[in-house]
Amino acid sequence: MSETEAAQDRACKISARNFSFFYGEHCALRDINLEIKRNQLLTIMGPSGSGKTTFLRSLNRLGDLIPGTRHEGSLEIDGTDVYSPGVDVADLRRRVGMVFALPVALPMSIFNNVAHGPRMQGIRHSKKLEKIVEKALRDAILWDEVKDRLSDHASRLSGGQLQRLSIARVLALEPEIVLLDEPTSGLDPISTLKIEELLWELVDRYTIVLVTHNPLQGARIDSETAFLLMGELVETGSAYDIFTRPKDKRTEDYVSGKFG
Amino acid sequence: MKMTDRRITLLFTCITGLTILILVFIIGFIMVKGLPGLTLSFLLESPKEMGRTGGIFPAIVGTVLLTGMAVVIAAPVGVLTAVYLTEYTRDTWLPKIVRFGTESLAGIPSIIFGLFGFLFFVIYMDLGWSVLSGALTLSAMILPTIVRTSEEAIRAVPDAYREVSFALGSTRWQTVTSVVLPSAKPGIMTGVMLAVGRAIGETAAVIFTAGSSLRLPGTLLDSTRTLPVHFYILAREGISLENAYSTALVLILLILVINITAYAVMNRLANKGR
Repeated sequence: MSETEAAQDRACKISARNFSFFYGEHCALRDINLEIKRNQLLTIMGPSGSGKTTFLRSLNRLGDLIPGTRHEGSLEIDGTDVYSPGVDVADLRRRVGMVFALPVALPMSIFNNVAHGPRMQGIRHSKKLEKIVEKALRDAILWDEVKDRLSDHASRLSGGQLQRLSIARVLALEPEIVLLDEPTSGLDPISTLKIEELLWELVDRYTIVLVTHNPLQGARIDSETAFLLMGELVETGSAYDIFTRPKDKRTEDYVSGKFG
Repeated sequence: MKMTDRRITLLFTCITGLTILILVFIIGFIMVKGLPGLTLSFLLESPKEMGRTGGIFPAIVGTVLLTGMAVVIAAPVGVLTAVYLTEYTRDTWLPKIVRFGTESLAGIPSIIFGLFGFLFFVIYMDLGWSVLSGALTLSAMILPTIVRTSEEAIRAVPDAYREVSFALGSTRWQTVTSVVLPSAKPGIMTGVMLAVGRAIGETAAVIFTAGSSLRLPGTLLDSTRTLPVHFYILAREGISLENAYSTALVLILLILVINITAYAVMNRLANKGR
């Protein structure tokens, strides 16, 4: 392996090779080949049922929780297959954080929501936890809104705040990869914009995979983009290329709003 | 439309009123009959002449001891069983079979449990008529209730909580203890309180296993008498109807106090979690 190749290999954070995923007989992802670089923001775009969420849930193996699922091919993070037998799933999920489509407040205070992950890692020292929580909330641009009411029940936050709390919860674990599954689907335009801006601030430190069913959001975020359709990876490229000169007719139909 | 709506509202108001009336009547009746005999010495003294005079202190102790022990034994076992059925073996045949079993057990008359407790704990295990035999029998009797209600409460916890917890790198056990059980706590507490209510008012299962000794139990292997048993014997053998009513009143008040305390503690715990 030449030096440049090795450097390229290091830059590659996530790599899927002929990766397929099945729910029983149903094939949700078919032969996906995709590489995501370190500190890259990748937007996966596609209509409902195209396998976007399945791909995210394969990366942190949350798909395992559903009985009757199986996979083929390989899905590697830093060169290690996430499905290889030696992988500690809890540790993998700590390294690969996930923000869900519906903002969920764990039934506890704002502070405890963010401190939950670190606590489960065995961090008990209260000063240390306070520091972690503050940093995570600042990174998620929520600190100023909640710093005076950290002991309030988290369900009192608005939807947009709750989704940023979900992001803070993930950041508190200092993950390597952040997966966001349609994080703005239930939010108003202003909250959506806040989260989209936040992504570009976070990408310096994390590898981010964002899933959206909304082509307009893909265009706004303007990152590397992959288009999924019915479990198949149709096309990848920069948002500019995908939106202005798609190679595939199906991509063109989707970004021009013919379906989706 | 509006007329029928109003009539139906009236109907429901009447039915609800009737329910309340029955409850108030029963409690009022017992209060009127029982209050005259309810003095401090009645609560704190031992019975004399089989309970014709004197107090009911040993029966209060026996009741609290028996019910308390039964709950302390059955609650952890029941809740952990429910956790196992919902969180660890959810999609297998096991929960269905256990659920069928617990439902059948919950419907069995308590005297059957009494007979079982008598044959198994009192005679076979040679524990005799004792606090321990009674408590073990009662715990077997209330276990199905606790398993069933805890299972319902745990099942009602949104899966989204579990997903978030797993996605944060928690293990299953961490998810259970830190997210699932705290959310299910009010439901579990309700189930435990139902079980307490069933155990505290039990006569048939207790008379067979704990006996009916009027003395204060010194050890767990001593026989004792609970309030419902005392009440039953006073009334059945015509010893003292006045004291029977007073005993019934004490039992009702005791249940009331336990319920209020339990809910106060629960609310405190729930607020602490915030």
